[in-house]
Amino acid sequence: MKKTLKSGNRGFKVVAYVVCIFLAILSIMPFVIMVVNSTRSTVQIQAHAVSLIPSHYLMDNFAIFDGKTFDPNVGFINSLIISVSATALTVYFAALTAYTLVAYEWKLRGAFFTMILCVMMIPNQVTSIGFYQFMYKIHLTNNFLPLILPGIAAPATVFFMRQFMLASLPLELLDSARIDGSKEFYTFNKIVLPIMKPAMATQAIFTFVAKWNELFLPSILLTDNTKYTMPIMVSLLRGDIYKVEHGAIYLGVTLSVLPLFIVYFALSKYIIAGVALGSVKG
Amino acid sequence: MKQRQSFSYAKYGYLFSIPFILAFIVFNLYPTIYTAILGFTDCKGLGNTEWNILVDDLFKNFRNILKNPSFQTSLKNTFKIWMMNFIPQMTLALLLTAWFTSRRNTLKGQGFFKVVFYMPNIITAASVAILFNAFFGYPMGPVNDLLVSTGITEGPFNFIVSKTAQQWIVAFIQFWMWYGYTMIILISGVLGINPEIYEAADIDGANDIQIFFQITIPNLKTILIYTLITSMIGGLTMYDIPKLYANGQPDNATLTANMFIYNQAFSGSYMYNRAAAASMIMFLIIAACSVVVFFLMRDKKGGRR
Repeated sequence: MKKTLKSGNRGFKVVAYVVCIFLAILSIMPFVIMVVNSTRSTVQIQAHAVSLIPSHYLMDNFAIFDGKTFDPNVGFINSLIISVSATALTVYFAALTAYTLVAYEWKLRGAFFTMILCVMMIPNQVTSIGFYQFMYKIHLTNNFLPLILPGIAAPATVFFMRQFMLASLPLELLDSARIDGSKEFYTFNKIVLPIMKPAMATQAIFTFVAKWNELFLPSILLTDNTKYTMPIMVSLLRGDIYKVEHGAIYLGVTLSVLPLFIVYFALSKYIIAGVALGSVKG
Repeated sequence: MKQRQSFSYAKYGYLFSIPFILAFIVFNLYPTIYTAILGFTDCKGLGNTEWNILVDDLFKNFRNILKNPSFQTSLKNTFKIWMMNFIPQMTLALLLTAWFTSRRNTLKGQGFFKVVFYMPNIITAASVAILFNAFFGYPMGPVNDLLVSTGITEGPFNFIVSKTAQQWIVAFIQFWMWYGYTMIILISGVLGINPEIYEAADIDGANDIQIFFQITIPNLKTILIYTLITSMIGGLTMYDIPKLYANGQPDNATLTANMFIYNQAFSGSYMYNRAAAASMIMFLIIAACSVVVFFLMRDKKGGRR
């Protein structure tokens, strides 16, 4: 009896490992092909599109971008400015907003929280026409502000921060700070924010990645070459100029996702934990 | 809990929520209302911001959109591609969840697998779309290279002209980007189930399959519905992948609702009014979904499930 059970287990494990390894290859392989092909010449790619051996055409592929609209440096800097600023605003103001929901008892608190829950699910794409018209009217197209400032009101982040704060901010601490004569805003900045660091770090990663990856709104609002973000630059690779330059396409895609790979492999432990946490709480 | 005398501090609650509320009104509420109004106007033409309400025929744009064959196709495609991605995605995520949380057969390397399965989710969708566009190239791309060299097909297959192939590929990319995320959420949901229930099942001699279907699934119900609806909202606004992988081709087979809206407003004759009307229709569908999520989350806080 015991023996059959054991061999059954082994069979299960073999199947499970085979499937998992297959899926792992499916996840990794496209990016391996991408990186390898970005070092190969178009002629090599046309002869054999799949190869695991890097070639030496990296710089030649890079030279193709010269003088074209796809400019990885410009895209990188623009994306960085938008993502970093929006992330900083989102994390700080989400913490502040969550603080009002946890630390103070005010009449409209319940209504405010209900409103945050209600608007959490509405994606901003569906209101983009009004947003575009409004920004066009006040001459803020081709400006980064409409992509950065909305970060101040990030309902999902507020929700997450609130859940974290409820669990880990002792309200007695605030009372003793008050007795010591600490002003409310000072208490928030000097006492509450340090406690919120783990939640802020998790939310910062997700906000940064989401902002970095955003295509719809930036592509509506930014029409000037010098303002293009990385995803807009990447979307240009589908254009006719690159149709025949396979190596350059792979290189362009590689450059656009490189920062994400660095962030992911440096912080994957926290990212996975963050995804899991968000779901249990949300 | 002790009654704290924080009433005198109530004004700070209002004060500190001002930035959020202001930003929300300016960047969220006002554009939403503005979009709704534009749906009832004649606002069109590149860069035009002047408009008049269509007094004679208020719902002209809405009727126009609902009757528009492209819009109907785009809605159908959006749902179809979402289902083609969601059903396999949920099935695989549930299977992996069952494996990874099995208490009798602990799999090694779970941390590694989670990291790798989730990875595609954080990569820019635009980049992924362009990458797969290169992969499915005809006559020479990595996929055709593999198909021909392994002898699965005799010659290269032209994916670009096949409606079915393009829809399945878009669905596959979505599946590939999201199953890891869904899996992590489900695993954390399973870990949140009271272990005593499982111990009781063990004592009763239930096997792994019985435990999965009779304990895990019923206890995951809230999270499953939550995943279903958030995935549906994400699916309804699908844009980056179909736009950059196939740009609606061939013959509108990969045209999604959001691409339709974009095309109405930012190409051709720049019909901001019709795009706004289409947006509002999508808004209503999504708002309806959100209401469901909202009630689910309230339910959870009540702690009845």
